[in-house]
Amino acid sequence: MTETLATYSLVAIYSAMAVYALAFVFFTVDLAKRASLAPEPVAATAATGQLTAARGGTTTLERTETVTTRKRGRFERAGFALTVIAWLLHLGGAVLRGLANGYVPWSNMFEFSLMMSLIVVLVFLVIQFWLDLGYLGAYITGAALIVLGIGTTNFYVDVTPLAVPLQSVWLVIHVFVAILGTSFFALGAGLSLLQLLQSRREASGKTDGFLSTVPDADKLETLAYRVIVIGFVFWTFTLIAGAIWAERAWGRYWGWDTKEVWTFIIWTIYAGYIHARATRGWRGTRSAVLSLIGFGAVIFNYTVVNLFMKGLHAYSGL
Amino acid sequence: MSRPSDYVDAATPDTARRPEITQPGLGPLGYLRFFWRQLTSMRTALVLLLLLAIAAVPGSMWPQRSSDPNGVIQFFADNPDLAPVLDSFQLFDVYTSVWFSAIYLLLFVSLIGCVIPRTTHHLKALRASPPKTPARLERLPGFTSRIEPNLDAATAIDSARDLLRSSGYRVQLFNGKDLSASAERGYLRETGNLVFHSALVGILVAVGIGGGFSFSGQKVVIEGQPFVNVLAGYDSFNPGRFAGEHSLEPFRMTLDDFSVVYEEENLRAYGTPTDFTASVTTYLPREEGQPGEVKVNHPLAVAGTNVYLLGNGYAPTITVRDGEGNIAFDSSVPFLPQDQNLTSLGVIKVPDALPEQLGMIGFFYPAAGELHSGALTSVHPDLVNPVLTLRVYTGDLGLDSGAPKSVYSLETDTLTEVVGGDSGVDTIELRPGESAELPNGLGTVTFESKDPDAGPNNWADSVPRFASFDIHHVPSQGWVLVFAILVLGGLLASLFVPRRRMWVKAVELPDGGIRIEYAGLARGEDPTLEDAVADIAERHARKLTT
Repeated sequence: MTETLATYSLVAIYSAMAVYALAFVFFTVDLAKRASLAPEPVAATAATGQLTAARGGTTTLERTETVTTRKRGRFERAGFALTVIAWLLHLGGAVLRGLANGYVPWSNMFEFSLMMSLIVVLVFLVIQFWLDLGYLGAYITGAALIVLGIGTTNFYVDVTPLAVPLQSVWLVIHVFVAILGTSFFALGAGLSLLQLLQSRREASGKTDGFLSTVPDADKLETLAYRVIVIGFVFWTFTLIAGAIWAERAWGRYWGWDTKEVWTFIIWTIYAGYIHARATRGWRGTRSAVLSLIGFGAVIFNYTVVNLFMKGLHAYSGL
Repeated sequence: MSRPSDYVDAATPDTARRPEITQPGLGPLGYLRFFWRQLTSMRTALVLLLLLAIAAVPGSMWPQRSSDPNGVIQFFADNPDLAPVLDSFQLFDVYTSVWFSAIYLLLFVSLIGCVIPRTTHHLKALRASPPKTPARLERLPGFTSRIEPNLDAATAIDSARDLLRSSGYRVQLFNGKDLSASAERGYLRETGNLVFHSALVGILVAVGIGGGFSFSGQKVVIEGQPFVNVLAGYDSFNPGRFAGEHSLEPFRMTLDDFSVVYEEENLRAYGTPTDFTASVTTYLPREEGQPGEVKVNHPLAVAGTNVYLLGNGYAPTITVRDGEGNIAFDSSVPFLPQDQNLTSLGVIKVPDALPEQLGMIGFFYPAAGELHSGALTSVHPDLVNPVLTLRVYTGDLGLDSGAPKSVYSLETDTLTEVVGGDSGVDTIELRPGESAELPNGLGTVTFESKDPDAGPNNWADSVPRFASFDIHHVPSQGWVLVFAILVLGGLLASLFVPRRRMWVKAVELPDGGIRIEYAGLARGEDPTLEDAVADIAERHARKLTT
């Protein structure tokens, strides 16, 4: 039974990867299309001050604002549809893996990569209800594809009983919140990267390319900040929950284990990022670079620290 | 000034407009003030934060004495030239090193220097009324207005005041050229920010002071044997600066049974342990023994001290009779596991054997299987086919030299090998209950079976197990947790509570009626300000109609 479920899980994951690949193609074509088309802002009059008639008073429109709304292109919409399908398959793969395990599907590196990409895509899809982040579609589907690809080929492990040290309610909490934090940092890194590209374009004065259909660098920075701040809260919680678990499992809440060290380093870098946003002369490019360094540390923590460094967090299963 | 001068919202310094600055000479106090300014500036805090991140990296590159003391010893053995150089830079004690401490202490001084003036400023702000309504609201975010021909200013503003108050704003009415309500909310944002930073200081203090009063110790306990919580009862003991023998609460704990559950269904994980249980009985002074359990992730609290289960293995019971027929050794010896299947290595020292002292190096295989080379290995961690192999040495074990010796290693350089290896005598191979004769009339060695009925069909209880316990007492960790929760709460408030000002102004129109104007101002990150202004305007309109 376990074996069957694990196999179905893999089938679902591979299918999800195929559909992500298609979605990636569509998003990339969309970016190319954006680059070839001259920016066509659709001018729409939006009433920001309009109110319904109040007590027989005349309602006057005091202020109008020209908002540029962009209609989603055909390829972008196809990309989204495919991403939703891929995500559902992806979700199915994760659920099946959990059923095969008999416990939460985030106890080793493979499962972490499975869940992390799942959450990134979910956050990306959910955000669309508030913000048009279609320009990130290629980044997100591409990242999900790479993460799943490495996860299934390099980190895959068979379903095994949950190792004794991981038999704790904190596995559910601590690791899941770490996954959430990582996902938000990943999204933030994408926005910061785009911000750097955008500010370079703005400096050069170029008006074409797909970046001209993307919000300006300031707006991107604000978006990145909001996403990263959420990631930072999750990361702080991960740190605290990890300390509580470490106390239960190892008898000390903090011991500078390599994983603890890197979790601390990441926390400090992002704390630096948040301060940079509030420091004159550090907004803009510098804070974006910090965000990318922070995400670099996240990736390092997940790969090099897990695979090559000695420590107590030896859960890769490899 | 509440915030550092380079805080992003602070007024822009006008030095840029004055290219030539004639700076007066600074006295000693002036320099102090200058350095203090520098230290408490945002830029310094930021650089110190990033430095702290960089300084923490080496601790993950090289083994640390605090977390991996054996790794350090190994590193010294492997890199005799490099290690002392690294050590002189304290790279094996990164987190207690001078340079790491310097960075975080400076950071915390900078933090305190920043937080204190902000706290006093915030306390004042908490008692102050919202500022006067700006003369022109049109240019402020979210500005919106509406004509109300049948209303007077007083009614409109009174109702706006009630609305803002019920929405959590602090409101002050102003009657300048026009009647207006000035409101502010979100003081919790700054409170949270200050709580966050203060709680970080709290963590540092709690860790610093608490560390002095805490201790940790390790003890290997074999089934059936007791652990007594006195200094001599520990195998190793690491007290804080103010902890010691006096910190130990009197109690005794016996390990009654150690049981392991192995995976037997999933063939890809066959033999993986899925549960460890150490059944113990604890005795407090003048009290009956209390049964208890220590499991991984489930420490046992005894007399304010926590007992953690960190390791386990086998402790074969061995009896050695010397050449004169006397029992020279009779004890269970913890063998250290070498692999997943508990191939275990142990050392037996028999200094009382006559005519010569005996030393033995033993391998224990709970489920012995033969490799193609003929060598033994263990194929399962449970007692399936227990085999003990021994190599025997004679000579001076060096125990009388006065220097401390590890019970887990035997220095064979000065000893003569009499069994196994190059001695010409085959390595002794024993199953529980079996004995073997030592050559040259040196005596006999017996691998005792714990269960007299054990045999080829069931070895389950033939060899006692040991559990290795960590015993910790960290009196401050509750405080650390409290501060950590405050950190999280403060962080949430400081990032997500919007601090904003809101104004409602009623401008009386020359031909009767009024124009009500609404506008807001964000103080800090506030993505929903415009929506909030629109929401207030709408609710106000609805309120005025009913």
